[in-house]
Amino acid sequence: MSDRIFAGLWLAFCAAVAWLAWKIEAPFSYEPIGPRAYPLLVTALMAASAAWLLVKPDPEPDWPQGSLGRRCALLLGGFLGYAVLFETLGFPLATALATILIGRIFGGTWKGTAVTGAALGAGLWYFFDKLLDVTLPLGRLWAGF
Amino acid sequence: MDSLGHLAQGFVVAAKPLNLLVAFLGSFIGTVVGLLPGLGPINGVAILLPIAFAMKLPPETALILLASVYIGCEYGGRISSILLNIPGDAGALMTALDGYPMARKGLAGVALSISAWSSFVGSIVATIGLALFAPMLAKWALAFGPAEYFVLMVFAICCLAGMVGERPVKTFLAALIGLILATVGIDAGSGVYRFTFDDVHLSDGIQFIVVVIGLFSVSEMLVMLEQSHAGQVVIKNTGRAMFSLKEMADTWWGTLRSSVLGFIIGVLPGAGATIASAITYMVEKNLTDKEGTFGTGDIRGVAAPEAANNSAAGGAFVPMLTLGVPGSGTTAVMVGALTLYNITPGPMLFEQQPDLVWGLIASMFIGNVMLLVMNIPMVGLFARLLYVPNWILVPAIAAVSFVGVYAVHATTFDLVLMVVLGIFGWGLRKLGFPMAPLILGFVLGDMMEQNLRRALSISDGHPAILFQSPVTLILWGLAATVLVVPFLLRRRKKKP
Repeated sequence: MSDRIFAGLWLAFCAAVAWLAWKIEAPFSYEPIGPRAYPLLVTALMAASAAWLLVKPDPEPDWPQGSLGRRCALLLGGFLGYAVLFETLGFPLATALATILIGRIFGGTWKGTAVTGAALGAGLWYFFDKLLDVTLPLGRLWAGF
Repeated sequence: MDSLGHLAQGFVVAAKPLNLLVAFLGSFIGTVVGLLPGLGPINGVAILLPIAFAMKLPPETALILLASVYIGCEYGGRISSILLNIPGDAGALMTALDGYPMARKGLAGVALSISAWSSFVGSIVATIGLALFAPMLAKWALAFGPAEYFVLMVFAICCLAGMVGERPVKTFLAALIGLILATVGIDAGSGVYRFTFDDVHLSDGIQFIVVVIGLFSVSEMLVMLEQSHAGQVVIKNTGRAMFSLKEMADTWWGTLRSSVLGFIIGVLPGAGATIASAITYMVEKNLTDKEGTFGTGDIRGVAAPEAANNSAAGGAFVPMLTLGVPGSGTTAVMVGALTLYNITPGPMLFEQQPDLVWGLIASMFIGNVMLLVMNIPMVGLFARLLYVPNWILVPAIAAVSFVGVYAVHATTFDLVLMVVLGIFGWGLRKLGFPMAPLILGFVLGDMMEQNLRRALSISDGHPAILFQSPVTLILWGLAATVLVVPFLLRRRKKKP
């Protein structure tokens, strides 16, 4: 069933891509093949594969359920939050908070994850920003102070 | 021999202090990344690439770093296969079959040392093969026109579809998703924006690093969460720490055979270390296992697949350096690395960038010696890393992955896109889509389109040009073969 749902969604996606690709037009072109044909070709092949999947799906995979499912959802939320807050809070603080959340999801204690978070936030910032010259944000929020 | 002179020049490049240091660090990091279950060479290379780029390492140094991480991973993967019965990376899957029973018999030290030795032999055989055959192939490939290149890439994708995964349709669809993702951004042929939704972040395409780290690191952490409840005990590294001369003699021919076979499999585009170690294990089992001891802790069953996965990794460099068509997911990431440096891998590479190519090959010799030293006397140190709990490991992987993506463009947009692609990739993996073809499609997408369009420009729009030269016909034939043969074999298995 999951395969069928995916294949259905993917066919809809292919239709959207095809519609977008159809509108691509080069103002002038020196080639016989413009920028439109290739995306359309790939989309057609994708649609054919998805249709095949719709007709002959695989057995159902086991999606995480119950508490594992909730933990997976929480982890995804954690990643998104980390991504959004990365620049705002700055690398050290965002990393420390993300470490506590992710560490707790993976069964760490409050104390253990807090210590790890502080160590990772400060340590990795120093390692990358100072030692390796990979610039990391310190946080837009604190820029005024 | 022209190659020997070049190789000597390569050693001059590889022996620069910075390059030696980088080879050492790469080998070390590679072994660590390889031995940690869940992290494989693709993750290691993908995370380090943007960091190397942000540190403004020169291209040959960056490539040496990535290559030594790749080879290091193939060494490191065996450690957790043997001590934990969980392969540290996919290529070490077969090593667990005999390595773990050996460890349970109290022969962990022997299993670890013989597999390090056969890894070394495999890698050296592959590096020699690379130095011998790559320049020849490059010279031959100089005659390739756009039509030949296009068909070659079709062949690479067919190789994957035929060999990887249970469902060729899903492999094919994964490759197509990669191809369509690659069309986002400004079109090189006409200057038109495609699928950018007038968003400035997308105008120069989806960043390669974002795709790789999203699909591999982010989705991998979700998989780790799903599997984390299955507890496994680490076996203590006990017994003799070194194999005996008799054990070396027993495994010698198997190791050599597997090295050569692994190299050949590695050279095929699309077929990497995982397939090589599986095939050589079966070959050795059929050839030498008279007493039926394979699978119960036979030392030959440890040596053979380890030699093969290392030599396949080395072999994967051949198509990548000579044709610009990567032979594995990890070398696909390296093609992306070269593109970041505005270097186009392909037959011209050997003429235009001899220092880069030969420096890389020379450093692979040096790196392997370093890895052998690291992996025999110091293996206990690495094994201790298996005790690091996931609640420390996963946040650290997350933080380093985010740093890697942020290092390229320093935008929140890329970070969010990475997470979204990670969720998408995790869903695809749950449904049984392999990820390597998606990356291969993404890396090849642009080249494939440009070559197709150039070929059709030459022929004024007639697709017949794709079937005219002998090379294209041979490649079409090969592509059809790799698609049809596994299909027929599966058919025959179903109806015994």
